[in-house]
Amino acid sequence: MTKLNQIELALAGAMLAVAPWIIDAAPYEATMGLVQKIFYFHMPAAWLFLLAAIIAGTASAMFLFGKKRDMDGWALAAAELAVVFGIITLVTGPLWARKAWGIWWVWDARLTSSLILWMIFVAYLLLRRYGGPGADKLGAGMALFGLANVPFIFVSVNVWRTLHPQTSVVPTLPVQMGGPLWFCITAFFLLFLALLGMRARLERQRVRIEDLYLAEDEA
Amino acid sequence: MKDFFRVAWLVVRKDLMVEARSLEVVSTTLFFALTVVLVFAFGLVREGTPVGDVSAAILWIATAFSGTLALGRTFERERQADTLRALMLAPADRPAIYAGKLAGMLLLMALVEMVLVPLVGLLFQAPILGHPVHLAALLLAGTTGFAAVGTLFAAMLVRARSRDVMLPILLYPITVPVMIAGVRGTAALFQGTPDEALARFWIALLVFFDVVFVTLALWTFEPVMTE
Repeated sequence: MTKLNQIELALAGAMLAVAPWIIDAAPYEATMGLVQKIFYFHMPAAWLFLLAAIIAGTASAMFLFGKKRDMDGWALAAAELAVVFGIITLVTGPLWARKAWGIWWVWDARLTSSLILWMIFVAYLLLRRYGGPGADKLGAGMALFGLANVPFIFVSVNVWRTLHPQTSVVPTLPVQMGGPLWFCITAFFLLFLALLGMRARLERQRVRIEDLYLAEDEA
Repeated sequence: MKDFFRVAWLVVRKDLMVEARSLEVVSTTLFFALTVVLVFAFGLVREGTPVGDVSAAILWIATAFSGTLALGRTFERERQADTLRALMLAPADRPAIYAGKLAGMLLLMALVEMVLVPLVGLLFQAPILGHPVHLAALLLAGTTGFAAVGTLFAAMLVRARSRDVMLPILLYPITVPVMIAGVRGTAALFQGTPDEALARFWIALLVFFDVVFVTLALWTFEPVMTE
């Protein structure tokens, strides 16, 4: 663990520890009341889920076309985080929807694209785990195709009716609600950075050890 | 550019010749497609009439399932005698080899669809002759998208472990837009009063998908197939 990762982790831990009080102190939303508070965790998780997917796709493209081996570690780390933050998003979303819309799940554009994107990264991890030799390149292709796929999924599902609240609401939030939201986003982001850096470093070291073993076998 | 098409044509000709001699993939895939439709018919047809408007979905599910099977078999054959490696060693452009493989796959799936469409029309009372041009365009664009991604993934997976289960796991999430567009577009043509404008929207989306993913696949085939 590097110094930077330690600082990030400590900050994220401290912020997440006090987050419940800050969220509690925020005012109740007029129509949804208490249920709306899940949104302070749902939205940061969803943003980081998308960010992780973009990092994984971009790093994969650089690994494939730029022949940069280190990039594979970043792609793998980001893909794992995409699955983790994706689970948080996909669990907190329906919990809210059950109260707000009265149903757990709708086949709305955002929901469906999130689910499919999450499935793409689960498939990526399965491939990395069980694909055997050469799975890194196959995975890179998968992540690249997965990212390119998002707009198509979104448009195709969007032709059906869209229920999800628009994110354009965020800048217009009153300070008492916007403050806790940005607090949570910062905490989640720090946690994300720490995990991403640590996991990518671990993967780079694993590759280096493998190379050393191979070098010794040849010697 | 001329070389590209020549190599692609040679790959297609080789695949067709191998297939013509054994008929392995064509016959098994066709029979599999038939079985899938029959299984759906047993489950979804009550007293001679299908439940709801399921025909479009069944047509596309059967196409995707039999396409997956055909992709797996086609590349399994290349693996057994290590002929894919020989193909890769040939002094030819990798993208041209991919294009040839894709064209061969499209021919095969077109053949399967020629049997599937009348069968679905027959068993599920779908008006397949209502808008033949729109339906053909949907099938062509949809199959191209499916096969473009499928051919690349199946080729990549040739050397991987547990490739049989990996192909559908990787392929289906990526081809979700093809399935949605194909099923919705076909359903728009099969419904009581056909909605041609909606079908044209889905065809346009599929064509766009094809352009993006064929380009991406041509571009990625070289680096992923290099050992």
